[in-house]
Amino acid sequence: MKNRLRRTMMFLNAQKASLVKDAYIYKPDSIIFDLEDAVAENQKDSARIALYNALKSIDYKGIELVVRINGLDTPHFKEDIRAAVAGGIHTVRVPKTETCEDVWAAEKEIEKAEKEFGVPVGKTLMMAAIETPLGVMKAYELAKSSKRIMGISFGAGDYVRTMRTTRSPEGVELLGARTQVVIAARAAGIMCFDTVYLDVDNMEGFADEVRLIKQLGFDGKSIISPKQIAITHQIFAPTQAEIAKAETTIRAIDEYARDGIGVFTVDGQMIDIAMLEGAKRTIELAKASGIYEGDLA
Amino acid sequence: MINKAGRNIPEEFLRDGVEVFQGQYYLHDKEYIKSSPTVRAFVDPGQEKLVTDLREAIVKSGLRDGMTISFHHHFRDGDYIVNMVVEAIAALGIKDITICASSLGDAHDPIVRYIASGVITGISTSGIRGKIGDAVSRGLLQKVAYIRSHGGRVRAIEAGDIHIDVAFIGAPTADAYGNARGKGGKSDCGVLSYSMVDAKYADKVVVITDCLVDFPNFPPSIEQVDVDYVVVVDEIGNPKKIANAMLRFTQDPRELIIAEAAAQVLVHTPYFKDGFSFQTGGGGPSLAVTRFLRPYMEKQGIKMGFALGGITQPMLDLLNDGLIRTIVDAQDFDLPSIASVNTHPRHFEISISQYANPFNKGAFVNRLDFGILAALEIDTDFNVNVVTGSEDGVLRGAPGGHVDIAAGAKCAILVAPLLRTRIPTIRDRVTTITTPGESVDVVVTDVGIAVNPKRQDLLAVLQKAKLSLPLRTIEELRDEAYAIAGAPEEIQFEDKVVALVEYRDGTIIDVVRKVK
Repeated sequence: MKNRLRRTMMFLNAQKASLVKDAYIYKPDSIIFDLEDAVAENQKDSARIALYNALKSIDYKGIELVVRINGLDTPHFKEDIRAAVAGGIHTVRVPKTETCEDVWAAEKEIEKAEKEFGVPVGKTLMMAAIETPLGVMKAYELAKSSKRIMGISFGAGDYVRTMRTTRSPEGVELLGARTQVVIAARAAGIMCFDTVYLDVDNMEGFADEVRLIKQLGFDGKSIISPKQIAITHQIFAPTQAEIAKAETTIRAIDEYARDGIGVFTVDGQMIDIAMLEGAKRTIELAKASGIYEGDLA
Repeated sequence: MINKAGRNIPEEFLRDGVEVFQGQYYLHDKEYIKSSPTVRAFVDPGQEKLVTDLREAIVKSGLRDGMTISFHHHFRDGDYIVNMVVEAIAALGIKDITICASSLGDAHDPIVRYIASGVITGISTSGIRGKIGDAVSRGLLQKVAYIRSHGGRVRAIEAGDIHIDVAFIGAPTADAYGNARGKGGKSDCGVLSYSMVDAKYADKVVVITDCLVDFPNFPPSIEQVDVDYVVVVDEIGNPKKIANAMLRFTQDPRELIIAEAAAQVLVHTPYFKDGFSFQTGGGGPSLAVTRFLRPYMEKQGIKMGFALGGITQPMLDLLNDGLIRTIVDAQDFDLPSIASVNTHPRHFEISISQYANPFNKGAFVNRLDFGILAALEIDTDFNVNVVTGSEDGVLRGAPGGHVDIAAGAKCAILVAPLLRTRIPTIRDRVTTITTPGESVDVVVTDVGIAVNPKRQDLLAVLQKAKLSLPLRTIEELRDEAYAIAGAPEEIQFEDKVVALVEYRDGTIIDVVRKVK
């Protein structure tokens, strides 16, 4: 499913059975099985096998399953894709994309694997990770590079190194990249996800960062601990006032539309038909967050 | 003989009126004559109780081979008394001693060498862990050990099933005539609830303190009228070690998921109304439930009538914010609780008989609405194991108040992860039954909630409730655990019984056998 709620995309070392066996209990929107950085070079094979077995044997209860494959410049990525597609992965995250050719190279392998394992061609989605200044500059092209691309994800680790800076609590060094990436995603009509926050014990710092990226327009955040899930979902949940306004908007548009009126005011606020989509998204988000008590379908 | 929980209890242990477990309220209305201690009269006002050291106290107490001594565990992992006393006994050449402790823990690992040397030949305890658990499970203790719940221990003493010859009571403060309290010295533990029965029923009572105070040390938990000797030592324990990992303030998201769901279950039962009563056992998820209760209480304007425990900081916070009317306290699990008890006007110390003894005329647990309890294993009949490890069958837990709370509370909620590492918690058969399924009402795991089929009333209200985890049958939970981790293999034991698990009423609910 290309469009779905993806507020939290939780990285898990694909090799760690204790994490992988029941990660669904934390209810992240997506799980990203990591075959790349979390796995030692001499363990790549066993991680791949562990991933395949997990995908085949564990019911993740509707959570989106993503694999982070090894880089396109490694000998591993083709086998990573084969194992993941054979297991029925939903989405392949391609690391450090900088050009459309990167996406296409991965896509070619995905298509091959889909044919090999009887998966409908085109079913497996992709997300492009943007982790370098060049990637940031090319974000829009990457976002448009394939029909399979459901979103682009910003990764700060390599980016700050290449930019010859470090991460600060305020994140000012990431502002330009974040803005560019989210604009590109919106322009391309796909989703956009922010980088990880590494200090798992600093919940306040994490919450501040989530508020920032939500305000910038991101759809969600990459996370590295289940501790970061509840707070992210809380911040992404609409407020009761936002829900009430969305309800009013939907009802009013419905009512006025029957009379052929496109723009009108309710409680002194101008409302037009263009607001419908945003209002519906708010209600959907409220439902997904488990806080919607109204009666809109 | 097969008991009501389905366990086969060897006939050799069913002597002298000992019966197999026959249901949680089987002995309701039982009449019995209480045991009584031999008392040495203190008629001469010139007689002093203060002795120079522990050795002198032991000698004067008349302790000899084959006798039983007792201890409390208010200092938990910070206890110094048990090791100190046993060493002194060994140094005197006394042997064949039975320890009747309210609980034993990792702090008492040094005792193992006295088990090996025959100084200690019998144990009656709730908790049995670490090296002592290993030693008993490997058959090193000469006599069969007794695992007793907190309420069950008091019952056993009062009914005369076990007679304490000499009680050794570590007391944070005492005066020279034996009035002892849990507060006021350098090693406060808050209350002395576990020792109250020892003081009343032991033939000889020795109070050991590291803070001798002026007479009278009032109001006392242990009264001068029950005390024979007072000994002053350098240190009786380390209160900082009272809160161990089991009592930590959890940040683990898995435990919080369980705790949140348990709180939701609790507030949707009919018992959640103004004046309700509540207790949590140890363990991260149990203790965390208290945190999740607060918003429901505030929103619905509901106050807790009394909290029973096992007291920790989150309870105190509710008390101090006016959300709990009274705390009745049998044990303090952290330093703030130690500071609060008997100081806050609505935070009171009670005895363990008041707390949980099934054979008095009505214990506090009988007045509990909710008990939140942890478990090592739960079977599809809702039987619970809290005493032996799933991997190897070795003694490494404690029934504590678990059994008593489950039997007493209107709604006993068990909280446990579906799997521990890769071992199913929910399973066909628990390694050892400590708490019978008939006293368990709801099981909350990280993947779903199972209601005991005997509680169709609770199931009906929970089906209408908004819960963060789905309602499942216990069999479905087991199936999910087995699907992930596989069915657990039965642990292989030898025939030799190393410990009897006594139900709180003195019947035998299970036995623990020697590990291979």
